[in-house]
Amino acid sequence: MKCKKCGGKASVNMRQHNMALCKDDFLAWVPEQTERFIKKYRMFTHEEKILVAVSGGKDSLSLWDILARLGYQADGLYLGLGIDGGIDYSHESQRLTEKFAQDHNLKLHVVDVEKEYGHSIPVLANISHRGRGKPCAVCGLAKRHEMNRIARDLGYDVLATGHNLDDEAAVLFGNTLQWSSEYLIRQGPVLPSSDGLARKVKPLCRFYEREMTAYALARGIEYIYEECPFAEGSKQIFYKEALNQLENVRPGTKMTFYVKFLDAKLKGDLFQEKTIEQVNLHACPECGQATSAPGLCSFCRLIEKARAEV
Amino acid sequence: MVKLILRNQEFEVKAGMALLDALKKSNIVPEAVIATRNGEMITEDEILKDGDVIKLVAVISGG
Ligand SMILES: [Zn+2]
Repeated sequence: MKCKKCGGKASVNMRQHNMALCKDDFLAWVPEQTERFIKKYRMFTHEEKILVAVSGGKDSLSLWDILARLGYQADGLYLGLGIDGGIDYSHESQRLTEKFAQDHNLKLHVVDVEKEYGHSIPVLANISHRGRGKPCAVCGLAKRHEMNRIARDLGYDVLATGHNLDDEAAVLFGNTLQWSSEYLIRQGPVLPSSDGLARKVKPLCRFYEREMTAYALARGIEYIYEECPFAEGSKQIFYKEALNQLENVRPGTKMTFYVKFLDAKLKGDLFQEKTIEQVNLHACPECGQATSAPGLCSFCRLIEKARAEV
Repeated sequence: MVKLILRNQEFEVKAGMALLDALKKSNIVPEAVIATRNGEMITEDEILKDGDVIKLVAVISGG
């Protein structure tokens, strides 16, 4: 397979874009696209202070890397959650995050939930009895709360997270299966600031998870490869796998699912039934059935054409 | 023979096959992995040679 830009040997093939790129052109393309979507969705400017929520995973470290390469003022925030799961998950992810910050000369804030509030996330989850043995609900709650607090206390304008298109499509899929209208309304690349909370943005929301993995590998970013021990068997992973099955048969399915949702939401015509006057229906002069344009309806035109052919 | 490695699983396929066919044969969804050979990423049309060891990097993460 050849690189679409230089004709050299391709390293990454993106079937949904009908485009393969070599390593160098891929590494240039990702920040270019990120910049494009930062502007398209009006996420932030070069004058604003950005706090990147970094977990030590491929997406958030890559996001931080990309924003730094693009020259944005982006500092990192690592939240120590106290998750061990037999693989020392939190310690290892913190070590990798600190190493990345050091190697790239970037500013990192580290906040440890246990030091701050006396208990780790798994302990808080046990105390709360929420989430049937899984601390994910409590973890999400604590992360949102702490990110908001720190962004506000330290005077950041924007809070950026590493959510990719697969993350967003999985959430959208889940919310659609439940028709959770209140969540559907709020889902998007930007959540405006309110009540002293920083604006929230997802600059990677148009990249496939596979592209972000390729980016981290190509840039030589050391990230935590092991899954959070509590994520195993989660609904979100199940939805991602299901969407990948569709993607496999029809490249671009995930992208269409997410992007067309954003388009429809932006236009404001999601679930808005158009009134008769808006649609402007006419009666077909041949059969009398309603049709959107003056003249014969589509069916009568088809039959007329078929008769003419004979 | 060609060896495919994904986390703690190993698969063996015949040499001369394209990566895409090797993944299908091993019941691996191509969308869910990035394939590397000697540390370099390769695309699905790459023909696998005898003795190749293909490391598959899982792309899905949750949370
Ligand atoms: Zn190239």
